[in-house]
Amino acid sequence: MTTLTHGDSVRRKAATEMRLLSISKYLLLVLFALFFLFPMVLMIVSSFKPDDQLLRDTSSLKAFIPYGDLTLDNYRGVFDRVPAGRFIMNSLVISFLTVGLGLVVNSMAGFALSRVRFPGQKVILAIIIATLILPLEAIAIPLLMVVTKLPWLSFDGGIHFEQGWLNSYQVQILPFVANSFTIFLFAQQFKSLPKSLDEAALMDGASWFGIYRRIAVPLSGPTFATAAILTFLPIWNAYLWPLMVVQQEDKRPVMLGVQYFFQLNVAWGEVMAYLTLITLPILVIFLALQRAFIESIASSGVKG
Amino acid sequence: MTALKGPTAKSERRAGLLFISPAALLISLFLVAPFFAAFYFSFTNQRLVSPNPTEVVGNEQYDRLLSFAWVTLDPVVDDAGELVLDNDGNPTYPLRELTRDPDSNFDGLQEWFSIGRGDDKRTSFLVGDVVFVKSVVNTLYFAAVIVPLQSLFGLILALLVNQKIRGVNIFRTIYFMPVVTSMVVISLLWRFIYDADNGLLNSMLGWFTLGRFEGHDWLGSTSTAMPAVMAMSIWAAVGFHMIIWLAGLQSIDSVLYEAASIDGAGKWAQFRNVTWPGLRNTAVFILITITIAAFGLFTQVDVMTSGGPLDSTSTIVLYAVRQGFNQQNIAYGSAISLFFFFMVLAVAMIQRYLTREKV
Repeated sequence: MTTLTHGDSVRRKAATEMRLLSISKYLLLVLFALFFLFPMVLMIVSSFKPDDQLLRDTSSLKAFIPYGDLTLDNYRGVFDRVPAGRFIMNSLVISFLTVGLGLVVNSMAGFALSRVRFPGQKVILAIIIATLILPLEAIAIPLLMVVTKLPWLSFDGGIHFEQGWLNSYQVQILPFVANSFTIFLFAQQFKSLPKSLDEAALMDGASWFGIYRRIAVPLSGPTFATAAILTFLPIWNAYLWPLMVVQQEDKRPVMLGVQYFFQLNVAWGEVMAYLTLITLPILVIFLALQRAFIESIASSGVKG
Repeated sequence: MTALKGPTAKSERRAGLLFISPAALLISLFLVAPFFAAFYFSFTNQRLVSPNPTEVVGNEQYDRLLSFAWVTLDPVVDDAGELVLDNDGNPTYPLRELTRDPDSNFDGLQEWFSIGRGDDKRTSFLVGDVVFVKSVVNTLYFAAVIVPLQSLFGLILALLVNQKIRGVNIFRTIYFMPVVTSMVVISLLWRFIYDADNGLLNSMLGWFTLGRFEGHDWLGSTSTAMPAVMAMSIWAAVGFHMIIWLAGLQSIDSVLYEAASIDGAGKWAQFRNVTWPGLRNTAVFILITITIAAFGLFTQVDVMTSGGPLDSTSTIVLYAVRQGFNQQNIAYGSAISLFFFFMVLAVAMIQRYLTREKV
């Protein structure tokens, strides 16, 4: 009997230790969670506070508590001060077109490199591999010069060519459509599909486009999702490039909008409202598809 | 089959070329062409907009970028042999006369820093463009701090969220949130947190020290501006590297852990002998990606400090943009961009070497 009680108490002690350990683990996890969350919470909560209360509250933890005269004035202020709707519209147009065109162009290139044999394939592959390490920051300045020289078809007052791509949608879209990394992603995926599918389809008289369209694409849904996420994030968050090529208001994307809020006195309430406006959609999409997001970005090794 | 081969091969070639051509065209135009154009521009006086035709000027841009010299000078003395002192009572040196003299070897150079040598002698280090040199030093400083800290914190977080406990996925998601958030947004939020007058950081520090902490202008002082940017940058990107570490951790065969624990290895011994060797390639990948990202530092400093105060947060990319875009000096901006490219290339080569297949 005595040994049994002894064993019992040891077990109970071990159980208590386990519980303490797991409580401390959770405590640590929660502490880190607070550390990563607090700026977002601050942003969202502050966006509903009048400026004087917002600044007063930063002296204590009240900064994180939605209380007092919560209002939508900051949001109204944002739309008064900047054409926020226009900026969001621009960013949506640019993002969707870049993602859409990118999926088509890069998947076709990936298909060509992985499943078709054609002359010059090795050279093109080598060039694409070489461009993998070329960051935008390294070519932004010469690219700026290049895009000022490019022609674009204009329909203003008769059809003619205009020189220079500054202040346009295409200057924010076309340089980012083809992407070496995305091409590789598709090439890898298409390579994993059995080659016998192509042979059978060719025997049945299918064209190469038919194989791409009816076999390769339908079997690669997750790769398209990954490519879409990897293209969308850096385009929506783009800053350096639009900063250089867009000066006119009507083509500005959302991230350039922040510059409007730093004239003389910073109206922090409005800043927070604008930041919430341009961040919340991304966060909502992220939270809805978090597993796909995390896996996609983990596969990439690049952050926009 | 042989009968089919002719036409099929031809249609295959045509299909391949058609499929690759849009991507090939776009990559040539927007990646390859600008890259080679950068080489060309850097040997000219190309400007973004200029009434004058562009001329090839040889090494002029690189002279400005890479010139380096030092000179030891005696202090200025007057006719009576007495030291000529400046307003603060310090000896003066004929450095300006030297760098403004078209006949001297030091013409056009700028003082980077000087050190006293005793006997009132002083050695001055001169460079072609002091802001560029400061930007390179700042960028290297940023990378030197960011790389070890961010990879270490990433690993700690990965070990933390690699445990099999309930709800751990929620924490992973939260830690990852800054990675999908725009750097512009993050930079502005932290600018608010660092604010000298109403910033959250100052009031928190004041609270913890019971009001003894007076408050500090984090982004406005040369000694703390860069560390403030560093802290924020780690916060913003560590979730990404946590996920990469996590993938590495999960690729380690659990049999190895079982074997280790049968051998009586403790937690730390398991980490040292099983986990760490299994993470080698992950570690190389992480160190390289953080280094390359750190070299490209731009958005944070542009939004938070504009490179100030006194160029203490100016970086290579920021300076390339200042020169190439703001000053419209495409030639010089291109030379700086190429300098940046070769830094990235060097790091990529190191990665190649470290992860090469062992024979």
